[in-house]
Amino acid sequence: MKFGVVVFPGTWSDRDCGWVIDQVLGAQLQYLWHKDADLKGCDCVILPGGFAYGDYLRTGAIARFAPVMEAIGEFADRGGLVWGICNGFQILCEAGLLPGALIRNSSLEFRCEWTHLMVERTDLAFTSACVEREVIRVPISHGEGSYFAEPAVLSRLEQSGQVVFRYCDADGRVVPSANPNGSLHNIAGIVNKRGNVLGMMPHPERCAEPELGGDDGLKLFRSVAGTALRLLVS
Amino acid sequence: MRATARVIVTPKPVVNDPQGLTVKQGLVTLGFREVDDVRVGKYLEVSLEAENMHEARERVEAMCRQLLANHVIEDFRFEVDREDHQRR
Repeated sequence: MKFGVVVFPGTWSDRDCGWVIDQVLGAQLQYLWHKDADLKGCDCVILPGGFAYGDYLRTGAIARFAPVMEAIGEFADRGGLVWGICNGFQILCEAGLLPGALIRNSSLEFRCEWTHLMVERTDLAFTSACVEREVIRVPISHGEGSYFAEPAVLSRLEQSGQVVFRYCDADGRVVPSANPNGSLHNIAGIVNKRGNVLGMMPHPERCAEPELGGDDGLKLFRSVAGTALRLLVS
Repeated sequence: MRATARVIVTPKPVVNDPQGLTVKQGLVTLGFREVDDVRVGKYLEVSLEAENMHEARERVEAMCRQLLANHVIEDFRFEVDREDHQRR
């Protein structure tokens, strides 16, 4: 299992993702520079958090022009696993690989805190190690994470079960008070129709070891590693 | 010919604009009670070379659609002016 971690100028969570993959999970790690035009045989490509290209104009707006993004688009078309975390989610939306957009938090504050997430899909490569409607605890760290999509797009997402994570309270209730940024329908993460491109605002790489206050994030990394293993066996 | 486009990008009416709401609140607090609504957007100036004004407008429209505005959350409008060659 080989994970690729994309590094843009301004990316800041690449080493955190790399640590989890290499040191905690024990999987193969390949950093991918934004100028790389090929993905070097990676099975899953992560677009990590940060401020790619300074988030100039809009979050993720410039990153989508990087040579590596063309390769990622083709990889996604072939069914390859693409996982955008925080800024990575914003980039996937700007690149049109996921619908909608992430806008300024309704509080106008940069929010860096623990959140609870309801896992609504466990049939995905990214969540197969979770149990149905499991509540996981994962931190967020963003100023522009409020998910927005037009009503028609939003209802299509809901109807086709593309909402993967929703902000909820510790008991799994999806309520406005558990929504840290004003996201529509408490959306914290969505997947494309095919199920191979995931975008999420919370940071699973920051909670993959008990020493960091929780290790629920590791479940997602384990899911991906396990899926790749099953693909090899079958 | 040289032209300058003045592009204004604003959040769509259906998009929540917390910045606008906060600025509006500030204005009301200062006594501008007549203020109903404020939307905070972006202003861009683009200098470009074009054969004629029609082409300049078409190119700027394409720039807005492809990059300067995100059609999911933003509206855009622009004016294009011919640069005066006599100007210093």
